[in-house]
Amino acid sequence: MLTLTVSLYHYLILSAILFGIGLFGVLAKRNAIAVLICIELMLNAININLLAFNKYMTPGDFIGQIFAIFVITVAAAEVGVGLAIIIAIYRNKLSVNLDDFDWLKW
Amino acid sequence: MIMGFLNSISYVAAAFHTLAAVVVISALLVVFVRNIVHSVLWLAVCFVSLAGVFLTLNADFIAAVQVMVYAGAVCIMVVFGIMLIRRRDMGETNLFNGQTVAAAGVTALVIMLSGFLSFKVGSVTSPAPVPADTVGNIATLLLSKYVIPFEVAALLLLVALVGAVFLAKEVKADADSDS
Repeated sequence: MLTLTVSLYHYLILSAILFGIGLFGVLAKRNAIAVLICIELMLNAININLLAFNKYMTPGDFIGQIFAIFVITVAAAEVGVGLAIIIAIYRNKLSVNLDDFDWLKW
Repeated sequence: MIMGFLNSISYVAAAFHTLAAVVVISALLVVFVRNIVHSVLWLAVCFVSLAGVFLTLNADFIAAVQVMVYAGAVCIMVVFGIMLIRRRDMGETNLFNGQTVAAAGVTALVIMLSGFLSFKVGSVTSPAPVPADTVGNIATLLLSKYVIPFEVAALLLLVALVGAVFLAKEVKADADSDS
């Protein structure tokens, strides 16, 4: 009979799939905001990993949960600064297409 | 038969599989939808169901923070950013660039590698449950052992706030002639 179980492997596989989706978006999207969104997906995949290891390996220490809080903090700061940079670039270039951002190319 | 099936599944496992399916499908829609506003809305769905996944991991405080910070603040901030730089037609705003095949190859490689490594790592699992009082334990640790990273995170948020305001501020066209 089919039994539904959940273990550390399930969380690691879910995290790997979510990280892969985010990585594909970062590599293959053309819109700078879409790339920012996909970075958020990757950071959330890392949060799943941290919390899963916290539950299944060191349940009493709460190290994983504290690291997840720091990851969320840094991600929020990163989104704010990233959006500000995209808006500043859009004001100069009138585009959010990443292929147009080639000032540093010689 | 059906009662035996219902007794054999644990509700946490059923909740995890449902939420994992929602997470993966909405993350795929975030990447593959062609309208960037719809993409951000699917991102909110993904974040809320990820909060459910965090609840199955006994991390209720992180789940609450996830709903507030990600589904609340980050999604709304991204929508505001799109509003500030929008075009008239939002139809084809979230397209792929020319390196889709290479990106798919790299992604498949990363997923297979991390899947293989995760099957190698996880045989040592602690049977002890997570203590029920998560918020109290996190608070004690954050203000005693991890107080310096806590303060550095506060400083980082302040710097990010000032930096975002400075970067997004309107620059005058004749700013050079004034100085």
